[in-house]
Amino acid sequence: MIAPRIGVFVCRCGTNIGGIVDVPQVVEYTKNLPYVAHAEANLYTCSEEGISSIKHGIKEHDLNRVVVASCTPRTHQPLFRNACADAGLNPYLFEFVNIREHCSWIHMKNRREATEKAKELVKMGVAKARWLDAQEEFKSEVYPAAMVIGGGVAGMSAALNLANQGFEVHLVEKEPELGGRLLKLNRIFPINKDPSELVGSIVKSVRGHSKIRLHMPAVVKSAGGYIGNFDVSVDEDRQETSFKAGVIIVATGAQVLKPELYRYGELANVLTQLDLEQRLKDAELGEFQNVVMINCVGARIPERPYCSRICCMTAIKNAALMKEINPQAKVYVLYRDLMTYGVEFEEYYREVKEAGVRFIRYTPSKVPQVIGAERVGSVRIYDELMDMELELPCDLLVLATPLIANDDNEELSKMLKVPIADGGFFLEAHVKLRPVEFPMDGIYVAGTCRWPADIRESIAQGYAAASEAVIPLRQGLVKVEAITATVDPKICKGCGTCVLVCPFDAIELKESEIRGLEGKIVSEVNTALCKGCGLCAAACPNGAIQQRGFTDTQLISMVNALSGKR
Amino acid sequence: MGFQVYLVEKTPSIGGRMSQLDKTFPTNDCSMCILAPKMIEASRHPNIRLLTYSEVEEVAGDSGKFKVKIRKKARFVDEEKCTGCGVCVTKCPWKVDSEFDLGLSKRKAIYTPFAQAVPNIPVIDTEHCVYFLKGTCRACEKFCEAGAINYDQEDEIIEAEVDAIILASGFDLYDPSGLEEYGYGKIKNVITAMQYERMISASGPTGGQLERPSDGATPNRLAFIQCVGSRDTHHKLYCSTVCCMHATKEAILANEHYPDLEAFIFYTDMRAVGKRFQEYIARAEQQYKVTYIRSRPSKITENPDTGNPIVWYEETTTRTRTSMEVDMVVLCQALIPSGSMKDMSCMLHLSLNDYQFVHIPDRLFHPVDTEIPGLFACGFCQAPQDIPDSVVQASAAAARAAEFVSKDE
Repeated sequence: MIAPRIGVFVCRCGTNIGGIVDVPQVVEYTKNLPYVAHAEANLYTCSEEGISSIKHGIKEHDLNRVVVASCTPRTHQPLFRNACADAGLNPYLFEFVNIREHCSWIHMKNRREATEKAKELVKMGVAKARWLDAQEEFKSEVYPAAMVIGGGVAGMSAALNLANQGFEVHLVEKEPELGGRLLKLNRIFPINKDPSELVGSIVKSVRGHSKIRLHMPAVVKSAGGYIGNFDVSVDEDRQETSFKAGVIIVATGAQVLKPELYRYGELANVLTQLDLEQRLKDAELGEFQNVVMINCVGARIPERPYCSRICCMTAIKNAALMKEINPQAKVYVLYRDLMTYGVEFEEYYREVKEAGVRFIRYTPSKVPQVIGAERVGSVRIYDELMDMELELPCDLLVLATPLIANDDNEELSKMLKVPIADGGFFLEAHVKLRPVEFPMDGIYVAGTCRWPADIRESIAQGYAAASEAVIPLRQGLVKVEAITATVDPKICKGCGTCVLVCPFDAIELKESEIRGLEGKIVSEVNTALCKGCGLCAAACPNGAIQQRGFTDTQLISMVNALSGKR
Repeated sequence: MGFQVYLVEKTPSIGGRMSQLDKTFPTNDCSMCILAPKMIEASRHPNIRLLTYSEVEEVAGDSGKFKVKIRKKARFVDEEKCTGCGVCVTKCPWKVDSEFDLGLSKRKAIYTPFAQAVPNIPVIDTEHCVYFLKGTCRACEKFCEAGAINYDQEDEIIEAEVDAIILASGFDLYDPSGLEEYGYGKIKNVITAMQYERMISASGPTGGQLERPSDGATPNRLAFIQCVGSRDTHHKLYCSTVCCMHATKEAILANEHYPDLEAFIFYTDMRAVGKRFQEYIARAEQQYKVTYIRSRPSKITENPDTGNPIVWYEETTTRTRTSMEVDMVVLCQALIPSGSMKDMSCMLHLSLNDYQFVHIPDRLFHPVDTEIPGLFACGFCQAPQDIPDSVVQASAAAARAAEFVSKDE
């Protein structure tokens, strides 16, 4: 092994680190650590200037290991690894030390100790860096097809986009027709049009596309594999179909809450907005004179704290429609905050107000009261602006309820190993940097299965997911992170503990083919599936598993550095 | 996706408005920390040609075969030679109000807009450089070891043929001095939200300390006024979409810096419609001493003894007119499409709506397609939206452009 020559770059992050941690002192301290050939401070190591000083340092000081002491690997590791690679150093010979979250931020009030801790952390990083090994990233071919789950507007937009770029798409829809939630609507805001003809034209393009293979009605039974290489099996009309896909887009939509509030289901003239749409569609609404709509029914309450984003506009749209059908009718919308964000919604709201729809604000401490025996006769509401209790006559009460997550999200989440959070909606990898990607490579998310969204937002997300998914498809080859587990077959006793703990089904027990060990049952890691979580390495009772980049030697050297041992 | 891209940016660095922000809602992660790696990634990507300090001057040709003329303005610094060492900036003796810090700090006549600027190459601002004005000085040239200063550099015209164009020209800030009742520009301790962002930012002119303009004191009571110029029949009718949330974030940050600080947010409707936004509001109220007051203040006056602004408003729940004295007021001003939108729309023969946002003919089903085939628009230039929605639209526009280009393949 060539003697390690370690370069250490300590970031000031402007004043984020430099204002608390004495960076020059850390640099001076670092210079005396074993194998450190160069140490310097940067104003921002992530700036162009900082990156070029890493590249320059590698050449100038003949560095074969790089340590950056700055912020979090979550946002910055790829950047620094790339800087190393650009300068000809294997990117896995890079080590990250976090002295911002772990020092300057958390110990903001104690500069001296923050500095001491930074020195210790850098010492540990340097100790580990000495033992780093170069790694080769696993390369995998990408099968040039996509699976899109969900045939609503988000899914169809994604499918069409990929198909029009020449890729084969398997579109899997649970229901017997395409169009999703939109098919249930009477009109859509803010253009007041019947959605069926608009959706119809998209459905027609999907159905007629030579590159799109429809599976409908069908559900995904299993989807194993990894980016570039998923093996999918769907249950289609009680027949099992299998196919391969390089990428997967999840666009399964959401459902509308049926509330247990305001005597819904008990009194005949209490509907949800969705029920109202259905009645209007079927021309079964009948006559009405006094309409009251209540917003935030079952939303923005402790058990369901979120705002469902689309209900205010739904209510306003239908309120306008009621006024249009019967201009003599009195239409009230009882709301908490009106979420008419942006240009068109705000305009639409203003027009509807001018058309005579009345808006009354209520607060959660004084919710509207429904009065009536078999039917709603009136709604009592405290009007904050007039500071008085009003009794509104009512022959039709319409409740705006939120979108809630589909019941089968959990099953899908387990099958694809993608996370769900808040209220059962799918959780993206990063809300700003990766809003339509899952942490699992090669799987993407769009539309209301991710979070409530209106049509235009769902379609934009469908396209966005397609734009991410098409990158591996076009490249044809993907590199997979090399921080993975590796088994020493000589030590492995084939107990299978690792197989049980692996959340990614990446480990199998197999007969060894290695000379001298032929026939021995040992575990084997599928590097493409391994996410490097480290569970197996920790669980192995025989110490047969090492995690690349976190080997025992590397970790123990860090502990020894901290405790002062060599 | 493998396409060649010209990335044309008007200012000397890529990064946009996000580079001016401190933290971002609702996660409070640092804006620059998310942005800087993206900027570097864009600059080192082999398929991206960065043209900063450049403007599109002419677009000709039919859809799908656009001929674009780009003026790459003279930086007066040779990009090949410059090492980004910054000595020219240090030595330049001439100071000007910094646009990046909205006048809260000074920059030099030769400058990079901020420390992480990409590319890290300064520009000479000829309107303030004394050499350009009076023919003397040349300090930057004298000290530049790389010999990169070139006072004779000329604008360069770059001609490119492209198959698709994506417009992402962002937003500008509505000037609140038109709302005279709020005293911006007259009452010292009334500032705008973007000025506040720079002040609370650790990399900003005050190093993250809140210092009120009149006396540099740390404020203990802050008022945020929402809908300043937005949802207003005399100004902009639309809702700027992001202000409820950024005010909440700014109030939270203030309390994180100064645990005794109280903030009052005067709002019309609390529009918290995104993922985890409602929870963020609840946290602000419960943990960070933020009080939401539903009222649109009628005026702001100044206490002549203390310089404290006094906010006059109607307490809607009790229907009483009242006032509140605070140490500093932050105006959450309306956000408007970028000033160059009008020229750009003429050049592209693109129609705008009443507020100068790009007209999207089928906003619902083709949310990023403009009326010209092959021309797409994303982000604030087509509708007010927050960062996650802008990122989604940007990816969507890329997908549509790829689809459009693929038709010819």
